[in-house]
Amino acid sequence: MNSLDRKLFRDLLRQWGQLIAIALVVSCGIASFVMSLSAYDSLKFTKTTYYNQYRFAEVFASLKRAPETLSDRITEIPGVGQVQTRIVVDVILDVPEKEQPATGRMISLPSQQHPMLNDIYIRRGRYIEAGRGDEVLVSESFAKANNLKLEDTLGAVINGRWQKLRIVGIAISPEYIYEVRGGASLFPDNERFGILWMEREALATAFDMDGAFNNVTLTLSRGASEQNVIDRLDRILERYGGLGAYPREDQLSNHIVDGEIKELEGMTTVIPTLFLAIAAFLLHVVLSRLIATQREQIAILKAFGYTKAAIGFHYLKFVMAIVLFGATLGTILGLWMGKGLTELYAEFLRFPIFRYNADWRVVFGAIAISIFGAIVGGLGSVYKAVSLPPAVAMRPEPPPEFKPTLIERWGLQNLFSPAGRIILRNLERKPLQASLSILGIALAVAILITGRYFEDAVTYLVDVQFRHVQREDVTIVFNEPRPARTRYEVAKLPGVVQSEVFRSVPAKLRFQHYQHRSGLTGIQANAELLRLVDRSLNTVNLPADGVVLTKKLAEILHVQPGDVLTVEVLEADRPVRSIPVVGLVDELMGLSAYMEINALNKLMREGQTISGAYLRVDANLANKLYTRLKEIPAVAAFTTRQAALDSFNEISGKNMRVMTFILVIFASIITFSVVYNSARIALSERSRELASLRILGFTRAEIAFILLGEQAILILLAIPIGFLLGYGFAAYMSWTYNQELFRLPLIITRSAYAFTFLVVSIASVISGFIIRRQLNNLDLIAVLKTRE
Amino acid sequence: MKGIETQQQTVFRMEEVSKTYQMGEVKVRALKSINLELEEGELIVLLGPSGSGKSTLLNILGGLDVPTEGRVWFKGRNLTKASDADLTRFRRECVGFVFQFYNLIPSLTARENVALVTEIAVHPMRPREALGLVGLDERLDHFPAQLSGGEQQRVAIARAIAKRPQVLLCDEPTGALDFQTGKRVLEAIELVNKELGTTTAIITHNAGIAAMADKVITMRSGEITDIQRNLVKVKPSQLEW
Repeated sequence: MNSLDRKLFRDLLRQWGQLIAIALVVSCGIASFVMSLSAYDSLKFTKTTYYNQYRFAEVFASLKRAPETLSDRITEIPGVGQVQTRIVVDVILDVPEKEQPATGRMISLPSQQHPMLNDIYIRRGRYIEAGRGDEVLVSESFAKANNLKLEDTLGAVINGRWQKLRIVGIAISPEYIYEVRGGASLFPDNERFGILWMEREALATAFDMDGAFNNVTLTLSRGASEQNVIDRLDRILERYGGLGAYPREDQLSNHIVDGEIKELEGMTTVIPTLFLAIAAFLLHVVLSRLIATQREQIAILKAFGYTKAAIGFHYLKFVMAIVLFGATLGTILGLWMGKGLTELYAEFLRFPIFRYNADWRVVFGAIAISIFGAIVGGLGSVYKAVSLPPAVAMRPEPPPEFKPTLIERWGLQNLFSPAGRIILRNLERKPLQASLSILGIALAVAILITGRYFEDAVTYLVDVQFRHVQREDVTIVFNEPRPARTRYEVAKLPGVVQSEVFRSVPAKLRFQHYQHRSGLTGIQANAELLRLVDRSLNTVNLPADGVVLTKKLAEILHVQPGDVLTVEVLEADRPVRSIPVVGLVDELMGLSAYMEINALNKLMREGQTISGAYLRVDANLANKLYTRLKEIPAVAAFTTRQAALDSFNEISGKNMRVMTFILVIFASIITFSVVYNSARIALSERSRELASLRILGFTRAEIAFILLGEQAILILLAIPIGFLLGYGFAAYMSWTYNQELFRLPLIITRSAYAFTFLVVSIASVISGFIIRRQLNNLDLIAVLKTRE
Repeated sequence: MKGIETQQQTVFRMEEVSKTYQMGEVKVRALKSINLELEEGELIVLLGPSGSGKSTLLNILGGLDVPTEGRVWFKGRNLTKASDADLTRFRRECVGFVFQFYNLIPSLTARENVALVTEIAVHPMRPREALGLVGLDERLDHFPAQLSGGEQQRVAIARAIAKRPQVLLCDEPTGALDFQTGKRVLEAIELVNKELGTTTAIITHNAGIAAMADKVITMRSGEITDIQRNLVKVKPSQLEW
């Protein structure tokens, strides 16, 4: 080690407390970067491996009924790899010891187990035995939520007949990582919806599907055009009641899994950036202070003939040492946490396999980012050190040049005391330093706002969706369209206080070359249990004609009110119609297209027909209703608003709340360290000046006012800037979370601003108090003896 | 005026050197048309009150600063035309500095402070040897804060001479020291001048020191007012002030 490095080492040791604090900020940033990026990579890799090993299909289609021979025609479509036809039906289940009925999705299995598309992995038990029509495999999540064990039995109404099903195995499948029914339910409700695999023969007999199928999935051969295959498949299936084929990308379970993984990706950018920006700021503060105190040492080194490059490199190494220490710690921590997080996700997503691979790319990325931060933070000060001419550096720093401030040029100086003028002149003289302090504090403020934003946005989303839009207690869906008079029977069900019917038809919406496969929902014009609202939560009236779209759906289709959509219905006579878009609604979950129910019936050229009903239920009679619903063969599905809310909270809400909590804790600590650091540096820079004032007879309170007054002004300037920055970060987050499944609105509540203000104020008061105590201990004689 | 001296080589030559500083809105002329020659092996004392321009003169000689006008030669090298990198090399290879406030690196021991220079020099002494010359071989591993003022200044001298410089420039080397300690530091400087033959310039406002010099240059208000040659040099231990 040469002498210069030895000096470096001792300089580092002398300020270890402050430097470790900075290194920790760096390591927080790097750890969150490494953790989220490595978990993101690993999950993507694990998912792909799982999908490949279990042959997850690439194109999916449901239809009404087609003869098995059609599968040969599908195989002949150019670009199709493997084809698998199935029977898939939803039935109402009676789960032992549960009051509410559940919906089971029955999927056919070949009688002999062999590799197939969307293959199952049997966790416990065994495959079904050929010829045993009462044996089923049950999905793991459903089994877990309902405490189902091997050999338990379930009651089911299968095609109008009560039947007992015996559980022989518990399984998972890449197709139902998230067990979502689809339609209006976009989030898994494992207690009330599950997958049941059953022998094809038995299922075919029960649902009149002998030698036929109603669901087909397929893989693509290498280089095939997905869209071409989908178009050809749609044309083949059209005669057989095809509901429109869709790619893996739109498959609901896969879509949610991707969303979860994407959330991690969001974490890899914003949060580490903020941490590293703050670390860069702190480094700048500490380094510029160090260089100011080592002015003469730098001059000496130059006088001895050390080159600019050697001195610049010396100080750069100082910064690098801190940052690389932080980065190393952060990388180790990040890899460890990343493995844990991947494991947690893999378990949560019930992947049967688990692969953690932290790429060298991640580690190098982390180190590169931190070096970049170090250079940004240190370069200015290092440049200053290097460019100082030795003869100038040798002399004490000349008294700084002061000019009359703006306030004096405006003739307002009499409004300020001499102390006040010192504060103002100081701020005006060192605008860069003042701006950097302001920026540092503003960043901390912005993190606080961002942290609070998540919580507020999720709360708002839940409030909009589950209080303003969905107001029913229970939704029932019939297994096929029913005549309108069924509504009277529904209204007479036990416990039903209010009921409103709806009609939903599967359809493709098209505008120019944009299209989306969703459905049309017909609701009553004066519907109260499902209310259409705009951004300000005012009720939107549903016109007698035309379609009202969720804003996000309008975005996807590139339409605005007044444009005319082509609607291609995928049911019954499959009419193709043009309908004007007459309004937009600001729903934050899912994508919907609403019409007045009579208008939809007219469009379908059908009499008054309904698909289901929204019910408001007397809580005391709910159990009676549930018992009754289990016995009605016409009811194919059943959901409660509370279950949907719980499941949303379980999946998305919980993750975000944990993240928010961590962010707020981090941000509070950072706020304190930034505020304290900038005041502490100001104290050491100006202790001589302040001691001189004390000798001239200024009181402790007066010099405290000069020092802390300046800090207070910086903080007060930083807060609104931080609010703006935070708003910007929140807007970015809101943009990131603008997905089909749900959207986070850009909502920053007054309480978020107030909370942030409070945290910053408390941090400021505490650091002010500490500085004040240090000011009181100012050694006047010693300070005056030190040479500047 | 030509005698034995002419056989000695001229180390520094200054021609019409002026230096002007811009101090806020006032121009300060620190040096006014200085002409000067320094011979090899000489011990020179630059005498003058504060503000007379002696530090500026020393800084220009040492390549720490450049004149506004005029020319400076070091053994035929034109320092006024030298680039920043050239000046850095000049200081690294040829010049040793000693300052009033020692300017040791506080985080390095005496030995390491000297090593700081020997590591980048061409034919340096070993740090222990240099510290031995100034009588500090017992205190090699002490930090500046553990040394007295006189000891710190002797470390600074050891640091300056360890590279075997061709010139040693000392700016008020005794300015911060008491009488006895100051004399010990001057003894060390004289020893180096005699033993190594290093051309040495000492700046001081203390006229008592002038008696130890070969040549005494007196300055006032940026001008040389007098150059005297001492026929009899007094040993530092016999100086009085």
